[in-house]
Amino acid sequence: MPQTAPAHPTTPLPQDAYILGGNRIPFARAGGKYASASNQDMLTAALDGLVARFGLQGERIGEVVAGSVLKHSRDFNLVRECVLGSALSPQTPAYDLQQACATGLEAVIGVSNKIRLGQIESAIAGGTDTISDAPIAVSEGLRHALLNASRAKTVGARLKAFAALRPADVAPATPSTDEPRTGLSMGEHQAITTARWRITREAQDQVAYDSHHNLAAAYEAGFFDDLVTPFKGLTRDQNLRADTSLERLGTLKPVFGKSLETPATMTAGNSTPLTDGASAVLLGSREWAQAHDLPVLARVVDGETAAVDYVHGHEGLLMAPVHAVPRLLGRNGLTLDDIDFFEIHEAFASTVLTTLAAWEDDDYCRTELGLDGALGSVDRARLNVHGSSLAAGHPFAATGGRIVATTAKLVAAKAAETGRTARALVSVCAAGGLGVAAIIESADTEGSTK
Amino acid sequence: MTDTYTSLVNGGLTGSLAKKLGLPRPSVLRRHTPGAPLVTGPVLVLGGAVGTGDDADAVARTLLGWDLDVRRTAADDTARWGAVVVVLTEATHPDDLSDPVRELGSVLRSLAPGARVVTVSRPALATDAPALAAVRQGVDGILRSVAKELRGGATGNGVVLAGDVTVDATSVHGALRFLLSARSAFVDGQLLTVSSDAGSAPADWERPLAGRVAVVTGAARGIGAAIATTLARDGARVVVVDVPAAGEQLAKVANAVKSTALQLDITTPDAGTRIIDHAVRRHGGLDIVVHNAGITRDKLLANMKPEVWDSVIAVNIASQLRINEQLLASDAFRDAPRIVSLASTSGIAGNRGQSNYAASKAGVVGMVRATGPLLAEVGGTANAVAPGFIETDMTSRIPFATREVARRLNSLQQGGQPVDVAETVAFFASPAAGGINGTTLRVCGQNLVGA
Repeated sequence: MPQTAPAHPTTPLPQDAYILGGNRIPFARAGGKYASASNQDMLTAALDGLVARFGLQGERIGEVVAGSVLKHSRDFNLVRECVLGSALSPQTPAYDLQQACATGLEAVIGVSNKIRLGQIESAIAGGTDTISDAPIAVSEGLRHALLNASRAKTVGARLKAFAALRPADVAPATPSTDEPRTGLSMGEHQAITTARWRITREAQDQVAYDSHHNLAAAYEAGFFDDLVTPFKGLTRDQNLRADTSLERLGTLKPVFGKSLETPATMTAGNSTPLTDGASAVLLGSREWAQAHDLPVLARVVDGETAAVDYVHGHEGLLMAPVHAVPRLLGRNGLTLDDIDFFEIHEAFASTVLTTLAAWEDDDYCRTELGLDGALGSVDRARLNVHGSSLAAGHPFAATGGRIVATTAKLVAAKAAETGRTARALVSVCAAGGLGVAAIIESADTEGSTK
Repeated sequence: MTDTYTSLVNGGLTGSLAKKLGLPRPSVLRRHTPGAPLVTGPVLVLGGAVGTGDDADAVARTLLGWDLDVRRTAADDTARWGAVVVVLTEATHPDDLSDPVRELGSVLRSLAPGARVVTVSRPALATDAPALAAVRQGVDGILRSVAKELRGGATGNGVVLAGDVTVDATSVHGALRFLLSARSAFVDGQLLTVSSDAGSAPADWERPLAGRVAVVTGAARGIGAAIATTLARDGARVVVVDVPAAGEQLAKVANAVKSTALQLDITTPDAGTRIIDHAVRRHGGLDIVVHNAGITRDKLLANMKPEVWDSVIAVNIASQLRINEQLLASDAFRDAPRIVSLASTSGIAGNRGQSNYAASKAGVVGMVRATGPLLAEVGGTANAVAPGFIETDMTSRIPFATREVARRLNSLQQGGQPVDVAETVAFFASPAAGGINGTTLRVCGQNLVGA
């Protein structure tokens, strides 16, 4: 049995943490509209858009927590620098957080917990990533030579340090997102998982098709009018193809899993593209929100992070959310049927599909998750209803903020429509066999007590 | 936008050259800076009989109350007059004009730079005695002519007292103050009608909009951004609105004026309701709505496609009408509310290739005339501002020669700045303008077209 905390903490926390709103810049394809923008430019723009939307100019926020996966060494205090460059009060503290693609969601959970403990009353969580402005390092050989030369006290010693250089050392070291312990790219890892769960090409293309069409419809309906602020002339996600068709997706050649025995099914169409972008989510206690005349959209109920052994074990690299969710639901006394919206990050279309398949598999759920049987089925009509990363793109650390702000607005609208609490489950898989899940509920109507 | 010509003719060497050549020499206009004096020299009040307690005496008393150096005769020939106020409300025959107007003429050569000439008069009506109507209409001719004779950034404008309105009405004071001030820098040759005693003097004339919540549409750039900045300077909390695609600039404006940005297409059916909800929930109310958002899609009518015509009508006038209906139906918009709408001199004079735009902007003139009375019962007003040639990104795209001609074709021989339009909007939005309702005021430097 997996370890779970008691369903109800014996000591109630001082207060709840609420999502008040969000802002992101449209996501751009790598080398596209943001080719000349840095992580700092993008996160600052996302923060300033948030400040403008909520009138937070000069406001001292309790804490700003964000991060990026591909980061320059000079950006050691990236988030604090962004705060200083934004319209927020320079007295707003900040720190960088990094948990690969789960950075944004982990930041939301982290600041929520501080708010719930009463340590802070307000927070901004988010993330930024750029492929276009990725750091390029020197080779290990050149790095050692430079360091040795800097320590050398004589010209001779300095020359000796450089004499150790070999021609190959002069080539720059480009950043890699391959798994350090396996040398496989994330796509190749997922291709193994995809094959194991026998996920078809058609099913993956359908997920991609739905993502594009759902995201496009949400834009048309004005859903993102208060979630997105244009940046550098880009007004919508650059990767979005509102007119894509299953036929067109079906013509794309597979790019991952070509060396496997089974037919390769993962294409550029049903995998997320490399993307640039940034996002930010505003959170606070109810009192802080009321004092600032801000809307209260949703409550951060709980979060769970899992990790799987994809190195020596047999679990797939991106399967950690499959483990996190049952623990999270169990701790909160919930089942899949209690969830109105599922936001499962589309790292690849097949990631979503293997996740769903695993939860429906009696044997897997018993042996791998320690459950009595299958966790259950996810109602596909409740899944990624306004599109997800396949259409929007996936600037690693920025994805969590995108999903959380969208989800908060979804549950708030659903609750306003039905008059009852609406609940969403968010899950994000990440490199290193990591996965984070969170439960987000519509906020109680004002005046009622929680 | 830079007006290189105006800089050159005001420069040292190039300035002297321009003078010798007899070139037109537009002045650098006096513009508002907080804390600066209302006028730049003594104020001469002409008309009536001194000491009889008539309207001219009352006006002089008002000006004295503002700590101005007020004179009732032009005897001091060393004075560089900051302003001349000519009170003609009690004239009954064109013969009565002779003395005050010739006295005005005697001081026109000794006006300070950026001086003001303001007439105070009553409108000519069909029910007036013919001689009375003649003298009253005559003021119109005097004012418009004198304004064209003024130089050095001086302007001439008039306050017209309709119905029972007296010279002591709040909005007569408000209008006088606005026309004397640097806020009316690019308003020239215009008559502003005060139609009721409504309105109230602000606690602080420097921050007349303190405590008020304003919404400005089309606020991401140009005139809209200047309006947002000016309303904020005057004390208002300003919600800035623009289409989602303009959000990046809009966020910058919101952060500059320390308020909130609302990304919204004003042509959506519930735009008015969403504006009200935002203002009420985030700022506790809604007092001022500035309809500034507008588009141009110029085509000769013979070449105009239906969608080109329709899009301009939809954005420039239909959206305003729909938003106003939602404002009028709302309980949140009932505390001396203000609607200020952007018209255009194109809507007054017409413009080749702009039949769609002119229809929408003339429509605005008609709309505020009919909307004003609907707001009057809660102390509200609806007025319009009609800009002439204003230096913006839009006008900077006009071909050079056409642009040069367009910006010189007015009494001030230059284009106006976005802030000039914004100042007039801020005046209409202010409590002291409560008695001015349903009017359209041109901010055009007395443009020769359609005057």
